[in-house]
Formats: sequence, structure tokens, C-alpha cells
Amino acid sequence: MKEITLPVSDETIRALVVGEPVLLSGIMITGRDAAHKWMIDTFIRKTRAPQGDDEQVYAELKKLLNGALIYHCGPVVSGLDTKQYKFVAAGPTTSIREEPYQAEVMKHFNLKGVIGKGGMGPKTLKGCQETPAVYFHAIGGAASYIAQSVKKVLGVYKLEFGVPEAMWVIEVKNFPVVVTMDSHGNSQHKAINDNSQTVLNDLLAQPY
Amino acid sequence: MQPDLTEKILELIRRTATNLPADVEERLRASVEKEAPGSAARGALETVLKNIELARAESTPICQDTGTPIFYVHYPEGWITRKLKEQIRAALAEATQCSYMRPNAVDAVYDKNSGNNLGGEDFPSVHFDEVEGETLTIELMLKGGGCENVGAQYSLPDNRLGAGRDLAGVRKVVLDAVQRAQGQGCAPGILGVAIGGDRGSSYYGSKEVLFDKLGTRNADPKLAALEERLTSEANTLGIGPMGFGGSTTVIDTKIKGMHRLPASFFVSVSYMCWAYRRRKMTVNGETVAYD
Ligand code: SF4
Repeated sequence: MKEITLPVSDETIRALVVGEPVLLSGIMITGRDAAHKWMIDTFIRKTRAPQGDDEQVYAELKKLLNGALIYHCGPVVSGLDTKQYKFVAAGPTTSIREEPYQAEVMKHFNLKGVIGKGGMGPKTLKGCQETPAVYFHAIGGAASYIAQSVKKVLGVYKLEFGVPEAMWVIEVKNFPVVVTMDSHGNSQHKAINDNSQTVLNDLLAQPY
Repeated sequence: MQPDLTEKILELIRRTATNLPADVEERLRASVEKEAPGSAARGALETVLKNIELARAESTPICQDTGTPIFYVHYPEGWITRKLKEQIRAALAEATQCSYMRPNAVDAVYDKNSGNNLGGEDFPSVHFDEVEGETLTIELMLKGGGCENVGAQYSLPDNRLGAGRDLAGVRKVVLDAVQRAQGQGCAPGILGVAIGGDRGSSYYGSKEVLFDKLGTRNADPKLAALEERLTSEANTLGIGPMGFGGSTTVIDTKIKGMHRLPASFFVSVSYMCWAYRRRKMTVNGETVAYD
């Protein structure tokens, strides 16, 4: 199985094709609905003025995200009282909710991809071609198993969004994923969706 | 005096969040063999099974989305439901503290997570019904958000699908719901279907059927046949585990027939992900038992 260490180069990303299983290692950051909305509104489309520690977090994210990945995940974390954080359960969340934002976030931070579940749409697919980046599909619900590949929690930003929505900086080792959208315009999700639509049409035409 | 069940309910929550019921695990295990060796679909199921074992051994959540906690309490005459509800809420806050549950209650208006899984009167969802006999039963289902989002309600007739107000129409809309869900609800899924009701009761009905064991068929042979047909037809769609392609898209279908108004014909589909977490505890005098 292919192994990739983060940060990752454009060449490595370009070499990935849909259907390929990969083991990821290195540093990544979790981010889901609140984080994406915050990044877009405050720093990309600038419809909201930065507040509190926004500017400082942004400067640090710029460095951390360059050549790295965002993981769509709302983890269960222990050690909240003592700040000795540990990921207890950390499977992917549904990615499509970030479709309005993802391509812009990828380009802005030079992200090399995102990890999530369920795949994303045409805007993100185009973003993957341009950036370049890929969509890695993790195994939905395999939360305890994936938490074991999270070796360390290095820090957390925006904890005020709540534990699931905060941006956790984590170091992973051999995190199992499958490439389902590549940087060449291919989406396994689209192929399966189209094929299942054809089968459905046949089923609908059959008598009861 | 009614006993304080808080600690016992905490254990029910722990078991539900960390230990997948045997009937579900068996089905998933049997599905592995149906997927091609080396395929992403088979790899996904294998990872799922490893995860189930690990969660059980370590007493950690099977999935980080510990879902909407839905309690159904069947209580004998004389129990005070107000107290039971307080105990359920206390147990849930404690389970969150112990990391069996992720804090999941978000104020929809102010976008604020309560931090302890308690929101107004509506979170967690608790339903009471009085029963005959001496046994108190508390059922708990944890219904994940990803799969809840792909649930669907149809109002028949549905012209887009050519679905009329009969079982033929029901079949069409349910298959459409599965196709639209793709892998988003963490397939393979289990379908809870309610036919009839108003919009609210119909959705509840589609969840209540999910408390039954896998493979138990509706007592009405017409609905039993439709349950089996829907499962096998859904599996020809080629969506597969996680939507990676493959032959395991749905592992079972359960249907509930309800009454409707003459003017309405709702079909509600609740999609349950593979992390089909539901457990039960019974209280008989001093004895507390878990399934
Ligand atoms: S749909 Fe189910 S398995 Fe998937 S992330 Fe949600 S709760 Fe977990």
C-alpha cells in the first residue's frame, strides 16, 4: 500500500488516482462546518472582521496547512479538564457540507487535500485539479480504530466552537484512507452515483 | 420508593455507545465474504469489524458521532416519569463526562454546544409509555447525524418517480431514497420505513421499527415480502460499503404500516448506518438486566 508523509509535494499528489488505498502519516488539522465558515468569512471572502485571537490563529494556520491536509472530523476527546488531550474516537464526518467552501480553502492555504467521508461535488473536484489536491475517503464510523492512528494531539484552535467543531492539530501514523477524487478530474463518487441511477431507472420501470 | 437508576442508565449508555449488538456484527461479518478480495469495499468492512472489536475491548465509542440519544421508556403503573427523565438526563451528562458520548447538543439558534448532551426539553429525545406488568424497560438508540441527514419523507403520489398511493409506490420511493443516500449515511445501512401517519408520527414510526432485531419480518406477509424485496433490490444499485461500490448497500429493511388521513400518504425512510447502536435494559424489582 502507498504510504504518504505530510507535508506532501504536488508531484506525489498528481501521481494519485481514484481507488488507490493510502496510509497517511504526519501532521494534519481537523476542521468542519464552523471552521470552514470562519475561514471563509474572516479571511477569504472577508465578510466578517477578525475578532479575538483570529489573526494570530490565522497566521499559525497558514504555516500548518501549507502542503498539509484538513480532516473533516468532530472527535471525542478526553483530558479536556487537564488539557492532556487524547483522541478517543475520531472517524470522518460527511464532507459534502463543506462543498460551498472547500475549493477556496484549498487554494487559499495550498492544502494538498482533505479527508472525509461521502465525497464532494464538482466545485471541489475542480479545486482538486487546480490546486492540485485530492480527496481522501476515510472509513466512516471507524472511530476507535482511527483514533489509534492519532499518536499525539499537538494543540487546538477555536475550542470555543465546541469540541467537535474545534480545529485540532494532530500527528497521525498510518491513517488508512482511499483516494476517491483525484487531481485529474476523476470522482469515484460521480461514477457510482451515475451507475446506480441507471440501475434505479430500470428498477422503477419494473412492474410491482 | 422508586429506585435511583442513574448509574444503571449510565451503564446502558456505555454499552450502547461502545458495544455493537451481536446481530448487527454478524451481518457485517457475513457481508465481508460478498465483496471482492482486495476491493475498497471489502477493506472498508474489514476496518469496520476491527473498529467494532477495538471499541468493545477499550470501552470507547464505536463512532465519534454518538448521535441523537433516543430513549423509549416502557414503565409499569406507579413509576414517576418525571424522576426517570431526570435520571436519564443525569446519566447522559455523566456519560459525556466519561467520553462514552460526544457533546452533541447544539443550540440551533445561537449555535452553541451545551457541552453535556443536554438541550431544552427535547434533547435527549425521551418517550414514555405505560405498560402492563411489573417490568420497566428502557430502550436506547443512538442515531448518527450523517445517516439521519440522508433520511427522507415522500408525499405520495410522487410524480417525479411515478409513485402512486400503494405498495408499488412505496417501493419506488424507498429505492430512490437509497440511491440518493449513496454512501453518505455510512453504508451498509438498515432501512426503517413507515407508511402513513402525519409528518411527525411517520418519522417516529420509521425509527421505532429499528428497535427490532435484524431479520424479524413484519407479521403482515405483504409487508414482509416488500421488506425482503427492498433489501435485495437496493443491493443491486452497486453503491456498496461507504459508497465504494460493491454488493452490500443495505443489510435489512423494516416496515411499519400506520394510519393516515384520507388526504395524506406519507412514506418516511430513516436510514441507519452500520453503527446501528441500540440496546435495552430491564428492571424487575432489584434485578437490572441488559440485553
Ligand atoms: S453515519 Fe453513523 S457511522 Fe457514519 S459517522 Fe454518523 S454515526 Fe458514525
